[in-house]
Amino acid sequence: MTDLAARKVDQALKPPRNQWWDVWDQFKTHKGALVGLFIFTTILLAVTVGPWIWSIDATYVDIRARNQGPGGAHPFGTDQLGRDLLARLMAGGKVSIAVGMTAMLLSLFLGTLIGVVAGFFKRAEGLLMGLTDLFLSLPLLPLLLLMVTLFREPLSQRFGPETGIFFLIVFAIGVTSWMQTARIVRGEVLALKEREYVLAARSIGTPSRRMVLRHILPNVMSPIMVSATLGIANAIITESALSFLGLGFPPDFPTWGRILFDAVDQMQLYPIRVILPGVAISLTVLSVNYIGDGLRDALDPRIRGR
Amino acid sequence: MLTYTFRRLLIAIPTLLFISLVIFILLEMAPGDPLADQPLTVPPEVREKMRIALGLDQPAYIRYLLWLKQFFWTEPTHVLDGWLGTSFSEGGQRIISWQFRSPAMDVIWQRLPQTLWVVGLAYLVGVIIAIPIGIVSAYKQYSWFDQIGTFVSMVGFSVPTFFTGVVLIIVFAVKLQWFPSIYDTTLKVTDAASFWKQVKQMIMPVTVLALFNASQISRFMRASMLDNLGQDYVRTARAKGMSEKVVVLKHVLRNSLIPVITVIALGIPTIFGGAIITEQVFKVNGLGQLLIVAIYANDLPMVQTLTFMFAALTVLFNLIADILYGVLDPRIRYD
Repeated sequence: MTDLAARKVDQALKPPRNQWWDVWDQFKTHKGALVGLFIFTTILLAVTVGPWIWSIDATYVDIRARNQGPGGAHPFGTDQLGRDLLARLMAGGKVSIAVGMTAMLLSLFLGTLIGVVAGFFKRAEGLLMGLTDLFLSLPLLPLLLLMVTLFREPLSQRFGPETGIFFLIVFAIGVTSWMQTARIVRGEVLALKEREYVLAARSIGTPSRRMVLRHILPNVMSPIMVSATLGIANAIITESALSFLGLGFPPDFPTWGRILFDAVDQMQLYPIRVILPGVAISLTVLSVNYIGDGLRDALDPRIRGR
Repeated sequence: MLTYTFRRLLIAIPTLLFISLVIFILLEMAPGDPLADQPLTVPPEVREKMRIALGLDQPAYIRYLLWLKQFFWTEPTHVLDGWLGTSFSEGGQRIISWQFRSPAMDVIWQRLPQTLWVVGLAYLVGVIIAIPIGIVSAYKQYSWFDQIGTFVSMVGFSVPTFFTGVVLIIVFAVKLQWFPSIYDTTLKVTDAASFWKQVKQMIMPVTVLALFNASQISRFMRASMLDNLGQDYVRTARAKGMSEKVVVLKHVLRNSLIPVITVIALGIPTIFGGAIITEQVFKVNGLGQLLIVAIYANDLPMVQTLTFMFAALTVLFNLIADILYGVLDPRIRYD
């Protein structure tokens, strides 16, 4: 009893602390997640700041310097057209990660919207969850391939080859990957709806819109953040798989998957050109997955603080 | 249970119809012209006749209904005729692939064995290695075995299959020259030598896919075992004086397998469609490769039929997974 009281006084004396600091403390104990965060930040810096330091243009063709090995003027060597591989990897990484992030945002937006609406408004539930189940039973990769092949021409004519295909791929990945988020969010919302504070908010006449934005959404942030990390990993893999099948970005527009795909023809002679983009994709996805693992532990109040 | 199964089967019918309609509309909106690869010297009136021969002059809804009739009536009855020697499908037009100028189903039947052998075997191998790894990992949580196991499985599903495949080709086909890098589908197994050749060419694609599947399933297995190991009934079993082997392999394993089996069932449709990339890497001409080629060649009937078959399999195995879950776990009641 006195112990409890003492602890209460103790806690009252401590300055108030944001809960995200607790999350960070827990996150720090997960070694894999810390390493993942470090690697992911390094890769992010390399692809954003890197081109300022290593200023060779990724599309600059120097045919006399083609097929060079690593070292000298080109640390990672050059490809069959004499383009610098380091510059291409940085440019490609920027596109791959940008696609991953944007597609993840789109899929999170769709998933959260559908999950919250289905969980909060009873009338919409049957329809929206039916839609989710329908999407879950679609063969996703074949449909993705279909969408990308069928619409690449008209879109690249309208918006230019780069922006058009960027939109297309982001859209295609986004609309085929929101279902898991929607299911998790709906489950959380259904549980939150029964809590007293929601009842209290309702009894003072809070309109539904503010109820969702102020009371429900902040409380479903943790599952959303975990599915965000999984979403980035999934989107990066899907984009590079599309590029690998030759259905991604146009040839002169490097992404990691595209660089790998272009190098496969000559992998007997120049295996390094396959290895480097592959390692880049794998490291990024691996680090993001580890961050996701750590976040899941850190955001779980049952594990945190133990 | 039976009413539940029946209800789900009834729901599956409109779902499948809707999916086939979605695929059809998607293909209909496509800008591609199936005659685009015909030579330019073909005069316009002949071109027009070719369009009519392909049935492209009909309105879209007629073509959709025709496809439905072909897929759900002509093709099954054709198979039935082949078995029983009847003639139900007499006069019915089968789904003709534009690219092969022959019935799409015949091409699919030719390609199916390759996919089933390579991808199916990989799935089986993956499951067989994943389950023991998951059990040991969970039982000895935080041991060195668990640490290595979780790391390898994390790597296994983070590294995309096209990269592992290419790395294996570089190491084992190019540098060591142990295995061929291209899958030879014309190889007939007649004697020990050709059997060994078949085994050698299957090792790499099967390894790549098995690693990927095993890493996913072993994570599920480990998590499910961990959930069950902390339960009260495990303590009770130990308190009764049962041997550790019985506790883990009889009590815990049986209960932990329930969610894992549904996950395995859910993954089966990907055997058919999901290995598109691996088939492309090792040049296995299975169903996935067929789909890619059909998409490139604008072969709409083939694309429609294949995609719909993948969808039907997905719906079917979703249903099977749900029913299995109910059958295996008596606590779950759907009715």
